[in-house]
Amino acid sequence: MKPAVPGSGRKSPPDIQLIRGRYKRIATWLLIIVVFILCSIHIHATPYKLMTGLPQMGSLLQEMIPPDWSYIPTIWQPIMETIQIAIVGTTLGGILAIPVALLCAYNMMPNKWVSIPMRVILNLVRTIPDLLFASIFVAMFGIGPFAGMLALLFFSFGIIAKLTFESIEAIDPGPLEAMTAVGANRLQVIMFGVVPQAFPYFVSYFLYTFEVNIRAASVLGLVGAGGIGILLDRSLGLFRYDRASMIILITLVIVLAIDYGSTRIRRSLL
Amino acid sequence: MIQFHNVSKTYPNGSIGLRHINLTIEEGELVVIVGSSGAGKSTLLRSINRLHDITEGDIQVGGKSITHAKDKELRRIRRDIGMIFQSFNLIKRATVLNNVLSGRVAYHSTFRTMLGMFPREDIELSLHALERVNIREKAYIRADQLSGGQQQRVSIARALAQEAKIILADEPVASLDPLTTRQVMDDLKRINQEMRITTIINLHFIDLAREYATRIIGLRAGEIVFDGSPEQATDEAFADIYGRSIRHDEMLGGEV
Repeated sequence: MKPAVPGSGRKSPPDIQLIRGRYKRIATWLLIIVVFILCSIHIHATPYKLMTGLPQMGSLLQEMIPPDWSYIPTIWQPIMETIQIAIVGTTLGGILAIPVALLCAYNMMPNKWVSIPMRVILNLVRTIPDLLFASIFVAMFGIGPFAGMLALLFFSFGIIAKLTFESIEAIDPGPLEAMTAVGANRLQVIMFGVVPQAFPYFVSYFLYTFEVNIRAASVLGLVGAGGIGILLDRSLGLFRYDRASMIILITLVIVLAIDYGSTRIRRSLL
Repeated sequence: MIQFHNVSKTYPNGSIGLRHINLTIEEGELVVIVGSSGAGKSTLLRSINRLHDITEGDIQVGGKSITHAKDKELRRIRRDIGMIFQSFNLIKRATVLNNVLSGRVAYHSTFRTMLGMFPREDIELSLHALERVNIREKAYIRADQLSGGQQQRVSIARALAQEAKIILADEPVASLDPLTTRQVMDDLKRINQEMRITTIINLHFIDLAREYATRIIGLRAGEIVFDGSPEQATDEAFADIYGRSIRHDEMLGGEV
Protein backbone atom coordinates (compact mmCIF):
# COMPACT_ATOMS: atom_id res chain seq x y z
CA MET A 1 0.00 0.00 0.00
CA LYS A 2 1.23 3.50 -0.84
CA PRO A 3 1.36 6.06 1.95
CA ALA A 4 -1.69 8.23 2.02
CA VAL A 5 -0.84 11.68 0.73
CA PRO A 6 -3.56 14.21 1.53
CA GLY A 7 -5.43 15.08 -1.63
CA SER A 8 -4.17 12.14 -3.66
CA GLY A 9 -7.36 10.17 -3.01
CA ARG A 10 -9.55 12.73 -4.69
CA LYS A 11 -9.72 10.80 -7.95
CA SER A 12 -12.55 8.44 -7.02
CA PRO A 13 -14.83 7.96 -3.99
CA PRO A 14 -13.59 4.48 -2.96
CA ASP A 15 -10.04 5.86 -2.51
CA ILE A 16 -11.24 8.47 -0.07
CA GLN A 17 -13.00 5.79 1.92
CA LEU A 18 -9.87 3.67 1.96
CA ILE A 19 -7.75 6.52 3.30
CA ARG A 20 -10.38 7.55 5.79
CA GLY A 21 -10.51 3.95 7.03
CA ARG A 22 -6.75 3.91 7.48
CA TYR A 23 -6.72 7.17 9.47
CA LYS A 24 -9.50 5.82 11.60
CA ARG A 25 -7.52 2.68 12.35
CA ILE A 26 -4.35 4.58 13.25
CA ALA A 27 -6.34 6.98 15.43
CA THR A 28 -8.01 4.08 17.24
CA TRP A 29 -4.70 2.42 18.04
CA LEU A 30 -3.17 5.71 19.18
CA LEU A 31 -6.14 6.32 21.45
CA ILE A 32 -5.84 2.85 23.02
CA ILE A 33 -2.11 3.32 23.63
CA VAL A 34 -2.55 6.78 25.13
CA VAL A 35 -5.32 5.58 27.45
CA PHE A 36 -3.20 2.66 28.56
CA ILE A 37 -0.14 4.81 29.30
CA LEU A 38 -2.20 7.42 31.16
CA CYS A 39 -3.77 4.72 33.31
CA SER A 40 -0.40 3.17 34.08
CA ILE A 41 1.04 6.51 35.17
CA HIS A 42 -1.92 7.23 37.41
CA ILE A 43 -1.70 3.95 39.28
CA HIS A 44 2.11 4.11 39.43
CA ALA A 45 2.46 0.93 37.42
CA THR A 46 6.00 1.41 36.18
CA PRO A 47 8.55 -1.17 35.04
CA TYR A 48 10.87 0.24 37.73
CA LYS A 49 8.45 -0.72 40.46
CA LEU A 50 8.20 -4.22 39.07
CA MET A 51 11.97 -4.62 39.04
CA THR A 52 12.40 -3.54 42.66
CA GLY A 53 9.59 -5.82 43.83
CA LEU A 54 10.64 -8.98 42.03
CA PRO A 55 13.32 -10.13 44.52
CA GLN A 56 10.66 -9.98 47.25
CA MET A 57 8.55 -12.33 45.23
CA GLY A 58 11.43 -14.74 44.92
CA SER A 59 11.95 -14.97 48.65
CA LEU A 60 8.22 -15.40 49.15
CA LEU A 61 8.14 -18.27 46.72
CA GLN A 62 11.12 -19.79 48.50
CA GLU A 63 9.21 -19.77 51.76
CA MET A 64 6.22 -21.35 50.09
CA ILE A 65 8.21 -24.36 48.99
CA PRO A 66 7.88 -27.00 50.25
CA PRO A 67 4.24 -26.75 51.33
CA ASP A 68 3.46 -27.83 54.88
CA TRP A 69 1.94 -31.26 54.29
CA SER A 70 1.23 -31.76 57.99
CA TYR A 71 -1.31 -28.95 57.67
CA ILE A 72 -3.70 -31.09 55.62
CA PRO A 73 -5.67 -32.61 58.54
CA THR A 74 -6.30 -29.12 59.93
CA ILE A 75 -7.53 -27.65 56.65
CA TRP A 76 -9.61 -30.61 55.55
CA GLN A 77 -12.73 -29.56 57.42
CA PRO A 78 -12.72 -25.92 56.20
CA ILE A 79 -11.97 -27.08 52.67
CA MET A 80 -15.08 -29.24 52.74
CA GLU A 81 -17.02 -26.30 54.13
CA THR A 82 -15.81 -24.18 51.22
CA ILE A 83 -17.12 -26.71 48.72
CA GLN A 84 -20.42 -26.99 50.59
CA ILE A 85 -20.85 -23.20 50.58
CA ALA A 86 -20.25 -23.18 46.84
CA ILE A 87 -22.68 -26.04 46.20
CA VAL A 88 -25.55 -24.59 48.23
CA GLY A 89 -24.96 -21.00 47.09
CA THR A 90 -24.72 -21.86 43.40
CA THR A 91 -27.74 -24.17 43.50
CA LEU A 92 -30.05 -21.68 45.20
CA GLY A 93 -28.76 -18.84 43.03
CA GLY A 94 -29.30 -20.93 39.91
CA ILE A 95 -32.86 -21.84 40.87
CA LEU A 96 -33.67 -18.20 41.60
CA ALA A 97 -32.15 -17.21 38.26
CA ILE A 98 -34.63 -19.23 36.17
CA PRO A 99 -37.81 -17.18 36.68
CA VAL A 100 -35.86 -13.93 36.59
CA ALA A 101 -34.15 -14.89 33.32
CA LEU A 102 -37.59 -15.60 31.82
CA LEU A 103 -38.87 -12.22 33.00
CA CYS A 104 -35.83 -10.41 31.57
CA ALA A 105 -35.94 -11.93 28.08
CA TYR A 106 -37.84 -9.73 25.64
CA ASN A 107 -39.17 -12.71 23.69
CA MET A 108 -40.71 -14.18 26.87
CA MET A 109 -41.80 -10.92 28.46
CA PRO A 110 -42.66 -8.42 25.74
CA ASN A 111 -43.99 -6.08 28.42
CA LYS A 112 -41.05 -3.71 28.92
CA TRP A 113 -42.51 -2.45 32.18
CA VAL A 114 -41.54 -5.80 33.63
CA SER A 115 -38.43 -6.78 31.72
CA ILE A 116 -36.53 -3.52 31.97
CA PRO A 117 -36.88 -3.12 35.77
CA MET A 118 -35.84 -6.77 36.12
CA ARG A 119 -32.75 -6.06 34.07
CA VAL A 120 -31.90 -3.03 36.18
CA ILE A 121 -32.15 -5.11 39.34
CA LEU A 122 -30.02 -7.80 37.76
CA ASN A 123 -27.35 -5.30 36.76
CA LEU A 124 -27.39 -3.87 40.24
CA VAL A 125 -26.83 -7.32 41.73
CA ARG A 126 -24.00 -7.95 39.31
CA THR A 127 -22.30 -4.66 40.15
CA ILE A 128 -21.77 -5.72 43.75
CA PRO A 129 -18.64 -7.90 44.08
CA ASP A 130 -18.90 -11.15 45.99
CA LEU A 131 -16.66 -9.99 48.85
CA LEU A 132 -18.83 -6.94 49.40
CA PHE A 133 -21.90 -9.18 49.53
CA ALA A 134 -20.07 -11.37 52.03
CA SER A 135 -19.20 -8.39 54.26
CA ILE A 136 -22.79 -7.18 54.15
CA PHE A 137 -24.17 -10.59 55.11
CA VAL A 138 -21.57 -11.08 57.83
CA ALA A 139 -22.78 -7.80 59.28
CA MET A 140 -26.36 -8.99 59.04
CA PHE A 141 -26.11 -12.66 60.03
CA GLY A 142 -22.84 -12.81 61.87
CA ILE A 143 -19.58 -14.56 61.11
CA GLY A 144 -19.87 -17.99 59.54
CA PRO A 145 -20.60 -19.96 56.41
CA PHE A 146 -24.25 -18.85 56.18
CA ALA A 147 -23.17 -15.35 55.21
CA GLY A 148 -20.77 -16.80 52.65
CA MET A 149 -23.48 -18.99 51.18
CA LEU A 150 -25.78 -15.97 50.80
CA ALA A 151 -23.01 -13.98 49.15
CA LEU A 152 -22.46 -16.72 46.59
CA LEU A 153 -26.20 -17.12 46.12
CA PHE A 154 -26.55 -13.51 44.97
CA PHE A 155 -23.33 -13.61 43.01
CA SER A 156 -24.34 -16.78 41.11
CA PHE A 157 -27.86 -15.51 40.64
CA GLY A 158 -26.50 -12.42 38.88
CA ILE A 159 -24.23 -14.31 36.51
CA ILE A 160 -26.55 -17.21 35.71
CA ALA A 161 -29.65 -15.04 35.20
CA LYS A 162 -27.78 -12.68 32.89
CA LEU A 163 -26.23 -15.39 30.73
CA THR A 164 -29.40 -17.47 30.65
CA PHE A 165 -31.71 -14.66 29.60
CA GLU A 166 -29.34 -13.84 26.78
CA SER A 167 -29.50 -17.46 25.56
CA ILE A 168 -33.27 -17.44 25.90
CA GLU A 169 -33.40 -14.42 23.64
CA ALA A 170 -31.31 -16.26 21.08
CA ILE A 171 -33.48 -19.40 20.86
CA ASP A 172 -35.30 -20.41 17.70
CA PRO A 173 -38.83 -18.92 17.90
CA GLY A 174 -40.19 -21.63 15.57
CA PRO A 175 -40.95 -24.26 18.22
CA LEU A 176 -42.66 -21.60 20.37
CA GLU A 177 -44.92 -20.74 17.46
CA ALA A 178 -45.60 -24.42 16.89
CA MET A 179 -46.54 -24.93 20.54
CA THR A 180 -48.78 -21.87 20.49
CA ALA A 181 -50.50 -23.24 17.40
CA VAL A 182 -51.06 -26.56 19.15
CA GLY A 183 -53.08 -24.74 21.81
CA ALA A 184 -50.51 -24.79 24.62
CA ASN A 185 -50.77 -22.22 27.40
CA ARG A 186 -47.88 -19.97 28.41
CA LEU A 187 -46.30 -22.39 30.85
CA GLN A 188 -46.64 -25.25 28.39
CA VAL A 189 -45.04 -23.16 25.64
CA ILE A 190 -42.12 -22.47 27.97
CA MET A 191 -41.85 -26.10 29.04
CA PHE A 192 -42.00 -27.56 25.53
CA GLY A 193 -40.60 -24.73 23.44
CA VAL A 194 -38.11 -22.84 25.60
CA VAL A 195 -36.76 -25.31 28.14
CA PRO A 196 -35.48 -27.93 25.68
CA GLN A 197 -33.60 -25.21 23.83
CA ALA A 198 -32.27 -23.19 26.75
CA PHE A 199 -31.64 -25.91 29.34
CA PRO A 200 -28.24 -27.06 28.05
CA TYR A 201 -27.01 -23.47 28.19
CA PHE A 202 -28.39 -23.02 31.66
CA VAL A 203 -26.58 -26.13 32.90
CA SER A 204 -23.42 -24.97 31.25
CA TYR A 205 -23.58 -21.55 32.92
CA PHE A 206 -24.48 -23.18 36.19
CA LEU A 207 -21.39 -25.37 36.13
CA TYR A 208 -19.19 -22.49 35.04
CA THR A 209 -20.49 -20.41 37.94
CA PHE A 210 -19.87 -23.30 40.29
CA GLU A 211 -16.22 -23.35 39.23
CA VAL A 212 -15.92 -19.62 39.78
CA ASN A 213 -17.64 -19.99 43.14
CA ILE A 214 -15.18 -22.57 44.42
CA ARG A 215 -12.44 -19.98 43.95
CA ALA A 216 -14.61 -17.22 45.37
CA ALA A 217 -15.59 -19.35 48.37
CA SER A 218 -11.94 -19.88 49.26
CA VAL A 219 -11.46 -16.16 49.93
CA LEU A 220 -14.82 -15.55 51.62
CA GLY A 221 -13.13 -16.29 54.93
CA LEU A 222 -11.10 -13.09 54.60
CA VAL A 223 -14.22 -11.20 55.65
CA GLY A 224 -15.36 -13.90 58.07
CA ALA A 225 -17.88 -15.59 55.80
CA GLY A 226 -16.70 -19.15 56.40
CA GLY A 227 -14.64 -21.59 54.41
CA ILE A 228 -10.92 -22.00 53.98
CA GLY A 229 -10.28 -18.27 53.68
CA ILE A 230 -9.98 -17.82 57.45
CA LEU A 231 -7.05 -20.20 57.59
CA LEU A 232 -5.53 -18.64 54.50
CA ASP A 233 -5.76 -15.25 56.13
CA ARG A 234 -4.26 -16.56 59.35
CA SER A 235 -1.38 -18.32 57.60
CA LEU A 236 -0.51 -15.16 55.71
CA GLY A 237 -0.78 -13.10 58.90
CA LEU A 238 1.66 -15.43 60.69
CA PHE A 239 4.00 -15.43 57.67
CA ARG A 240 3.44 -19.20 57.32
CA TYR A 241 3.73 -19.17 53.56
CA ASP A 242 4.30 -22.92 53.51
CA ARG A 243 0.83 -23.37 54.94
CA ALA A 244 -0.68 -20.81 52.56
CA SER A 245 0.85 -22.68 49.63
CA MET A 246 -0.65 -25.92 50.96
CA ILE A 247 -4.08 -24.31 50.94
CA ILE A 248 -3.55 -22.96 47.44
CA LEU A 249 -2.37 -26.37 46.28
CA ILE A 250 -5.46 -28.15 47.66
CA THR A 251 -7.74 -25.51 46.18
CA LEU A 252 -6.00 -25.98 42.86
CA VAL A 253 -6.58 -29.74 42.97
CA ILE A 254 -10.28 -29.24 43.70
CA VAL A 255 -10.70 -26.59 41.03
CA LEU A 256 -8.99 -28.82 38.48
CA ALA A 257 -11.19 -31.76 39.41
CA ILE A 258 -14.35 -29.66 39.08
CA ASP A 259 -13.11 -28.09 35.85
CA TYR A 260 -12.56 -31.52 34.42
CA GLY A 261 -15.94 -32.85 35.54
CA SER A 262 -17.95 -29.87 34.38
CA THR A 263 -16.17 -29.66 31.04
CA ARG A 264 -17.16 -33.26 30.41
CA ILE A 265 -20.76 -32.65 31.37
CA ARG A 266 -20.96 -29.51 29.29
CA ARG A 267 -19.47 -31.21 26.26
CA SER A 268 -22.02 -34.02 26.43
CA LEU A 269 -24.84 -31.48 26.72
CA LEU A 270 -24.07 -29.13 23.85
CA MET B 1 -65.97 -25.06 8.19
CA ILE B 2 -63.91 -21.88 8.18
CA GLN B 3 -65.57 -18.57 7.46
CA PHE B 4 -63.97 -15.19 6.87
CA HIS B 5 -66.34 -12.26 7.20
CA ASN B 6 -64.94 -9.07 5.71
CA VAL B 7 -61.51 -9.67 7.23
CA SER B 8 -58.80 -7.02 6.98
CA LYS B 9 -55.38 -6.81 8.52
CA THR B 10 -53.24 -3.72 8.70
CA TYR B 11 -49.82 -4.03 10.29
CA PRO B 12 -48.74 -1.49 12.90
CA ASN B 13 -46.35 0.04 10.37
CA GLY B 14 -49.31 0.75 8.07
CA SER B 15 -48.67 -1.95 5.48
CA ILE B 16 -51.72 -3.94 4.50
CA GLY B 17 -51.80 -7.71 5.00
CA LEU B 18 -55.37 -8.58 4.10
CA ARG B 19 -58.12 -6.55 2.47
CA HIS B 20 -61.82 -7.33 2.89
CA ILE B 21 -61.53 -11.12 2.69
CA ASN B 22 -64.80 -13.03 2.45
CA LEU B 23 -64.24 -16.72 2.22
CA THR B 24 -65.84 -20.00 3.23
CA ILE B 25 -63.87 -23.21 3.30
CA GLU B 26 -65.94 -26.38 3.63
CA GLU B 27 -65.02 -29.47 5.55
CA GLY B 28 -62.69 -31.86 3.75
CA GLU B 29 -61.49 -29.39 1.14
CA LEU B 30 -57.85 -29.24 0.15
CA VAL B 31 -57.31 -25.59 -0.56
CA VAL B 32 -54.06 -24.31 -1.96
CA ILE B 33 -53.34 -20.63 -1.61
CA VAL B 34 -51.08 -19.10 -4.22
CA GLY B 35 -49.70 -15.65 -4.81
CA SER B 36 -46.39 -13.87 -5.05
CA SER B 37 -44.42 -13.29 -1.87
CA GLY B 38 -45.92 -10.51 0.20
CA ALA B 39 -49.38 -11.13 -1.23
CA GLY B 40 -50.68 -12.11 2.22
CA LYS B 41 -50.70 -15.92 1.99
CA SER B 42 -48.98 -16.43 5.30
CA THR B 43 -51.06 -13.73 6.98
CA LEU B 44 -54.26 -15.37 5.76
CA LEU B 45 -53.20 -18.78 7.01
CA ARG B 46 -51.98 -17.54 10.38
CA SER B 47 -55.13 -15.56 10.96
CA ILE B 48 -57.12 -18.80 10.94
CA ASN B 49 -55.52 -20.00 14.21
CA ARG B 50 -54.85 -16.43 15.30
CA LEU B 51 -51.10 -16.62 15.30
CA HIS B 52 -51.72 -13.27 13.65
CA ASP B 53 -54.48 -11.01 14.90
CA ILE B 54 -56.73 -9.36 12.37
CA THR B 55 -57.69 -5.71 12.60
CA GLU B 56 -61.19 -5.93 11.14
CA GLY B 57 -63.89 -8.51 10.55
CA ASP B 58 -64.46 -11.92 12.06
CA ILE B 59 -63.16 -15.42 11.48
CA GLN B 60 -65.20 -18.42 12.53
CA VAL B 61 -63.78 -21.90 12.86
CA GLY B 62 -66.34 -24.65 13.22
CA GLY B 63 -69.00 -22.05 14.01
CA LYS B 64 -66.99 -20.44 16.82
CA SER B 65 -65.43 -17.02 16.45
CA ILE B 66 -61.68 -17.29 16.99
CA THR B 67 -61.42 -13.55 16.63
CA HIS B 68 -63.38 -12.98 19.83
CA ALA B 69 -62.27 -16.07 21.74
CA LYS B 70 -60.68 -15.50 25.16
CA ASP B 71 -57.58 -17.35 26.41
CA LYS B 72 -59.00 -20.74 27.26
CA GLU B 73 -61.48 -20.80 24.43
CA LEU B 74 -58.78 -19.70 21.98
CA ARG B 75 -56.53 -22.55 23.06
CA ARG B 76 -59.45 -24.93 22.69
CA ILE B 77 -60.03 -23.85 19.10
CA ARG B 78 -56.30 -23.99 18.33
CA ARG B 79 -56.19 -27.53 19.69
CA ASP B 80 -58.31 -28.63 16.74
CA ILE B 81 -56.07 -26.90 14.18
CA GLY B 82 -52.75 -28.51 13.30
CA MET B 83 -50.03 -26.40 11.78
CA ILE B 84 -47.12 -27.30 9.55
CA PHE B 85 -44.30 -24.85 8.98
CA GLN B 86 -41.69 -24.32 6.30
CA SER B 87 -38.92 -24.77 8.87
CA PHE B 88 -40.64 -27.75 10.59
CA ASN B 89 -40.35 -26.07 14.02
CA LEU B 90 -39.53 -29.24 15.87
CA ILE B 91 -37.62 -29.40 19.11
CA LYS B 92 -34.40 -30.57 17.54
CA ARG B 93 -32.87 -32.05 20.68
CA ALA B 94 -35.96 -34.04 21.65
CA THR B 95 -36.88 -37.45 20.30
CA VAL B 96 -39.30 -37.79 17.41
CA LEU B 97 -41.88 -39.33 19.75
CA ASN B 98 -41.65 -36.45 22.21
CA ASN B 99 -42.10 -34.01 19.37
CA VAL B 100 -45.26 -35.80 18.28
CA LEU B 101 -46.48 -36.02 21.88
CA SER B 102 -46.12 -32.27 22.25
CA GLY B 103 -49.17 -32.08 19.99
CA ARG B 104 -51.16 -33.45 22.93
CA VAL B 105 -50.35 -30.82 25.54
CA ALA B 106 -53.56 -28.86 25.11
CA TYR B 107 -55.55 -31.95 26.12
CA HIS B 108 -54.05 -32.13 29.60
CA SER B 109 -53.57 -30.02 32.69
CA THR B 110 -50.52 -27.80 32.88
CA PHE B 111 -49.25 -29.73 35.88
CA ARG B 112 -49.44 -33.08 34.16
CA THR B 113 -47.72 -31.88 31.00
CA MET B 114 -44.98 -30.12 33.00
CA LEU B 115 -44.05 -33.48 34.45
CA GLY B 116 -44.18 -34.99 30.98
CA MET B 117 -46.70 -37.58 32.16
CA PHE B 118 -48.61 -38.38 29.01
CA PRO B 119 -51.12 -41.23 29.28
CA ARG B 120 -50.51 -44.53 27.56
CA GLU B 121 -53.19 -43.77 24.93
CA ASP B 122 -51.35 -40.62 23.89
CA ILE B 123 -48.20 -42.58 23.23
CA GLU B 124 -50.18 -45.14 21.23
CA LEU B 125 -51.84 -42.34 19.31
CA SER B 126 -48.49 -40.70 18.58
CA LEU B 127 -46.90 -43.93 17.40
CA HIS B 128 -49.91 -44.52 15.22
CA ALA B 129 -49.57 -41.03 13.77
CA LEU B 130 -45.92 -41.78 12.97
CA GLU B 131 -47.05 -44.97 11.28
CA ARG B 132 -49.38 -43.00 9.03
CA VAL B 133 -46.45 -41.00 7.69
CA ASN B 134 -44.22 -44.08 7.54
CA ILE B 135 -41.58 -43.16 10.07
CA ARG B 136 -42.63 -45.19 13.08
CA GLU B 137 -39.18 -46.76 13.27
CA LYS B 138 -37.66 -43.33 13.94
CA ALA B 139 -39.73 -42.76 17.08
CA TYR B 140 -36.84 -42.86 19.54
CA ILE B 141 -34.30 -40.97 17.45
CA ARG B 142 -33.49 -37.32 18.08
CA ALA B 143 -35.38 -35.11 15.64
CA ASP B 144 -32.23 -33.37 14.38
CA GLN B 145 -30.90 -36.69 13.12
CA LEU B 146 -33.61 -36.86 10.47
CA SER B 147 -33.57 -35.47 6.94
CA GLY B 148 -35.71 -32.47 6.06
CA GLY B 149 -38.46 -34.56 4.52
CA GLN B 150 -38.57 -36.85 7.55
CA GLN B 151 -38.71 -33.87 9.90
CA GLN B 152 -41.63 -32.46 7.97
CA ARG B 153 -43.40 -35.79 8.34
CA VAL B 154 -42.81 -35.66 12.08
CA SER B 155 -44.56 -32.32 12.11
CA ILE B 156 -47.45 -33.82 10.15
CA ALA B 157 -47.59 -36.62 12.72
CA ARG B 158 -47.70 -33.97 15.44
CA ALA B 159 -50.79 -32.48 13.79
CA LEU B 160 -52.33 -35.96 13.56
CA ALA B 161 -51.60 -36.75 17.21
CA GLN B 162 -53.31 -33.48 17.98
CA GLU B 163 -56.42 -35.02 16.37
CA ALA B 164 -56.74 -31.85 14.35
CA LYS B 165 -59.82 -31.30 12.23
CA ILE B 166 -58.02 -28.69 10.17
CA ILE B 167 -54.42 -28.65 9.01
CA LEU B 168 -52.75 -25.40 7.99
CA ALA B 169 -49.48 -25.79 6.10
CA ASP B 170 -47.39 -22.70 5.48
CA GLU B 171 -45.01 -23.40 2.59
CA PRO B 172 -44.52 -26.98 3.82
CA VAL B 173 -42.21 -27.99 0.99
CA ALA B 174 -40.28 -24.78 0.40
CA SER B 175 -37.13 -26.13 2.04
CA LEU B 176 -37.32 -29.64 0.57
CA ASP B 177 -35.93 -31.17 -2.60
CA PRO B 178 -38.33 -32.16 -5.44
CA LEU B 179 -38.52 -35.83 -4.49
CA THR B 180 -39.31 -35.33 -0.79
CA THR B 181 -41.62 -32.49 -1.79
CA ARG B 182 -43.83 -35.02 -3.54
CA GLN B 183 -43.70 -37.45 -0.63
CA VAL B 184 -44.78 -34.76 1.82
CA MET B 185 -47.51 -33.50 -0.51
CA ASP B 186 -48.71 -37.08 -1.00
CA ASP B 187 -48.88 -37.52 2.77
CA LEU B 188 -50.92 -34.35 3.15
CA LYS B 189 -53.26 -35.36 0.33
CA ARG B 190 -53.74 -38.87 1.68
CA ILE B 191 -54.51 -37.60 5.16
CA ASN B 192 -56.93 -35.09 3.70
CA GLN B 193 -58.76 -37.81 1.80
CA GLU B 194 -58.66 -40.65 4.31
CA MET B 195 -59.41 -38.65 7.43
CA ARG B 196 -61.47 -35.85 5.89
CA ILE B 197 -59.19 -33.27 7.50
CA THR B 198 -59.72 -29.85 5.96
CA THR B 199 -56.32 -28.83 4.65
CA ILE B 200 -55.11 -25.39 3.62
CA ILE B 201 -51.68 -25.14 2.08
CA ASN B 202 -49.63 -22.15 0.98
CA LEU B 203 -47.54 -23.02 -2.03
CA HIS B 204 -45.45 -21.16 -4.51
CA PHE B 205 -45.18 -24.01 -7.02
CA ILE B 206 -48.14 -23.60 -9.33
CA ASP B 207 -47.93 -27.04 -10.90
CA LEU B 208 -48.09 -28.61 -7.43
CA ALA B 209 -51.10 -26.44 -6.66
CA ARG B 210 -52.91 -27.71 -9.75
CA GLU B 211 -51.99 -31.29 -9.03
CA TYR B 212 -52.98 -31.54 -5.39
CA ALA B 213 -55.64 -28.94 -4.72
CA THR B 214 -59.40 -29.39 -4.86
CA ARG B 215 -59.64 -25.62 -4.84
CA ILE B 216 -57.15 -22.87 -5.57
CA ILE B 217 -57.29 -19.41 -4.08
CA GLY B 218 -55.14 -16.67 -5.54
CA LEU B 219 -54.06 -13.69 -3.47
CA ARG B 220 -52.64 -10.41 -4.70
CA ALA B 221 -51.88 -7.49 -2.41
CA GLY B 222 -54.05 -8.93 0.35
CA GLU B 223 -57.08 -9.50 -1.85
CA ILE B 224 -58.61 -12.67 -3.25
CA VAL B 225 -58.25 -12.36 -7.01
CA PHE B 226 -58.92 -15.98 -7.91
CA ASP B 227 -61.06 -18.70 -6.39
CA GLY B 228 -61.77 -21.79 -8.42
CA SER B 229 -61.03 -25.36 -9.31
CA PRO B 230 -57.59 -26.50 -10.49
CA GLU B 231 -59.02 -26.80 -14.01
CA GLN B 232 -59.98 -23.16 -14.01
CA ALA B 233 -56.50 -22.17 -12.85
CA THR B 234 -54.95 -21.82 -16.28
CA ASP B 235 -51.59 -20.23 -16.99
CA GLU B 236 -53.47 -17.05 -17.85
CA ALA B 237 -55.27 -17.14 -14.52
CA PHE B 238 -51.94 -17.50 -12.70
CA ALA B 239 -50.41 -14.70 -14.71
CA ASP B 240 -53.29 -12.58 -13.51
CA ILE B 241 -52.74 -13.61 -9.86
CA TYR B 242 -49.04 -12.81 -10.05
CA GLY B 243 -49.61 -9.71 -12.13
CA ARG B 244 -47.03 -11.00 -14.62
CA SER B 245 -46.22 -14.12 -16.61
CA ILE B 246 -45.21 -17.30 -14.83
CA ARG B 247 -41.54 -17.82 -14.15
CA HIS B 248 -39.61 -21.02 -14.53
CA ASP B 249 -38.81 -21.26 -10.80
CA GLU B 250 -42.51 -21.32 -9.97
CA MET B 251 -42.77 -24.77 -11.49
CA LEU B 252 -41.46 -27.74 -9.59
CA GLY B 253 -41.27 -29.75 -12.80
CA GLY B 254 -40.66 -33.50 -12.92
CA GLU B 255 -43.35 -36.14 -13.26
CA VAL B 256 -46.78 -34.57 -13.22
